[in-house]
Amino acid sequence: MTTSGSDVSVESVVRGVVARHRDQRGALLPVLHAVQAELGHVPQEAIPVLAEELNLSRADVHGVVTFYHDFRREPAGRTTVRICRAEACQALGADSLVRHARESGLTLGETTADGSVTVEQVFCLGNCALGPSVEANGRLYGRVGPARLGSILNGTVSS
Amino acid sequence: MNNSSDSAVTVHVPRDSAARSVGADEVAQALQDAAARGDFAIDVIRNGSRGMLWLEPLVEVVTPQGRVGYGPVAPEDVAGLLAAGMLDGADHPLRLGIVDELPWLARQNRVTFARVGVTDPLSTKDYVEHGGLAGLRAALELAPADVVAEVTASGLRGRGGAGFPAGIKWKTVLDCADELKFVCCNADEGDSGTFADRMVMEGDPFLLIEGMTIAAHAVGASEGYIYIRSEYPDAVATMRRAIGIAREHGWLGKGVLGSSLDFDLHVRVGAGAYICGEETSMLESLEGKRGMVRAKPPIPAIEGLFGKPTVVNNVLTLTTVPMVLAHGAKAYQDLGVGRSRGTQVFQLGGNIARGGIVETAFGITLRELVEEYGGGTHTGRPVRTVQVGGPLGAYLPTSLFDLPMDYEAFAEAGAMLGHGGVVVFDDTVDMAAQARFAMEFCAEESCGKCTPCRVGSVRGVEVIDKIVAGTHRDENLALLEDLCDLMTEGSLCAMGGLTPMPVRSALAHFPDDFLGGRRLLEIHPVRATEGTA
Ligand SMILES: Cc1cc2nc3c(=O)[nH]c(=O)nc-3n(C[C@H](O)[C@H](O)[C@H](O)COP(=O)(O)O)c2cc1C
Ligand code: SF4
Ligand code: FES
Repeated sequence: MTTSGSDVSVESVVRGVVARHRDQRGALLPVLHAVQAELGHVPQEAIPVLAEELNLSRADVHGVVTFYHDFRREPAGRTTVRICRAEACQALGADSLVRHARESGLTLGETTADGSVTVEQVFCLGNCALGPSVEANGRLYGRVGPARLGSILNGTVSS
Repeated sequence: MNNSSDSAVTVHVPRDSAARSVGADEVAQALQDAAARGDFAIDVIRNGSRGMLWLEPLVEVVTPQGRVGYGPVAPEDVAGLLAAGMLDGADHPLRLGIVDELPWLARQNRVTFARVGVTDPLSTKDYVEHGGLAGLRAALELAPADVVAEVTASGLRGRGGAGFPAGIKWKTVLDCADELKFVCCNADEGDSGTFADRMVMEGDPFLLIEGMTIAAHAVGASEGYIYIRSEYPDAVATMRRAIGIAREHGWLGKGVLGSSLDFDLHVRVGAGAYICGEETSMLESLEGKRGMVRAKPPIPAIEGLFGKPTVVNNVLTLTTVPMVLAHGAKAYQDLGVGRSRGTQVFQLGGNIARGGIVETAFGITLRELVEEYGGGTHTGRPVRTVQVGGPLGAYLPTSLFDLPMDYEAFAEAGAMLGHGGVVVFDDTVDMAAQARFAMEFCAEESCGKCTPCRVGSVRGVEVIDKIVAGTHRDENLALLEDLCDLMTEGSLCAMGGLTPMPVRSALAHFPDDFLGGRRLLEIHPVRATEGTA
């Protein structure tokens, strides 16, 4: 374990999170969600701490973090926009939203250089009768056409 | 304003996340702002959604005649609606009439969804006044084995996809001697086109708590988990609040409703993995591991969560149980056809004019669902295909629209009902692209345990690309056939095992799309109904 300032704070956050969730059965997923909620991602430095605290091998923790789409290894942009690309939204032109994002210089899975936006794909937001659906910073939008996606991306839609 | 009565008028504005996705919060806010300025008083209740999603936000005003609906209401409509006398149920172009009498709703047979959209989801008073807890109270009067017998007699089959009889599963758990047993609710609802689990959890969360508590009593479980996918933050929040309220009221915890039953419930959030809807993979995830599918046997009923006997049921299965106990197995058994008893909650989505929840007895046809309830496509173009049962379900052409919706009839037609999702596509759809997507989705979401699924799906994408490009088309078509056989027969679970279903159905019913003849569609823009939020 290194002792640089940032590692110490990651370490203390992780230990605090584990302390709060330790009494849950099979606590690793709730712990990872909580670490990500506090730090914005699950940094590499968190893994040995988690392994030690939860009495798991580092490989186990690494395996879990990398298995699930939700856990990020790197910080995301200030706004995360997820475009639904599952069948019901495809049927209403989800691909045209992806194309629109691309034409605006935003590639799926990437964060803009200025750190403002991360655009991702998601498979179904449970809004399949009002597609195409998009989620931005935890908020769901239905009947999203390119124009509305544009305002979501520009942050002009209140959230 | 022409509402002169001094008591407040009750107005319902849904807080279901689909309604919120098209502006329900803003509509509720506009109403409250107007009330704060104007000379009328309103009580805004945030109900669940009635499931007529094309009418959302659907505002309902309580009048002496009944609940009068207006919809879809945009925030900027609010002032005009109030001026027209909405609070007295007056006429307006958005007025729909008495909501309970709308044919779309009145024709349904709502059992599981009886309260959804009607009540305030977190009001215990509403819940009890509308029949809540009757099933649990009846169950607590019975010995566990008698509860199991009642559920078995109802003919209730698992609604999560496999259609396995709930009573048989429960009996297996009941017969295990272990001290510690679990009830796990599968609320992963990963299938595209399905949203009923979400709507029940957001719109009637106590119903799920009641159903799980009945299951706990029936099998002798003391702890329960609801595994909700992370894509459903509103359902997570609502369920957590409902569990807290239920504990305060003695509906959960030590001595449930004054009985000898001790049962407590926890919400767990998934982390974005479709495969975690598969029950053994869900259990692994609940244990804090990678969501890798376990080989069966042992079945979870005998060795489930942390190796203990575990009931795993879908949200809709568990939320149907209270009705069965409250009204008796026969009342439920009397609905349906053949071996598909009771009601099914169909979810109409995709390119459809009137999408939403249709709960009816089994046996309704696709035509009735898509044409009569759904009103055809949202784009107004002809329907070309419907995918039933999620991403692992078949694409059906309109020539099969008279197929009755029941487990056996669908299996015979090489299709499946799955979780009841019906996704409509218009004539611009490219079926080779849809088949390719099925393989791509499998490659993306495979747990990785077995080769036919993990590698076969990647091969599948490549082979379909070659077919469409016209490269050695016949050889590659034969190869795709082989690959589908291999995946069907060699996969450990239905992820790899059923991915060939959408692929083969697309090939069988729409072969021309694979001949490169259909140009990559220029996807139509969404019609001018973009939401307002
Ligand atoms: C790939 C895959 C995904 C599944 N996804 C779900 C799901 O999201 N929700 C669900 O209830 N069942 C899902 N199932 C079915 C479950 O494995 C299991 O059969 C079901 O939860 C049992 O509950 P039931 O008997 O009440 O239907 C899935 C199965 C497979 C193979
Ligand atoms: S079929 Fe696919 S998802 Fe299922 S166990 Fe095998 S690799 Fe995992
Ligand atoms: S398919 Fe996009 S919300 Fe369900």
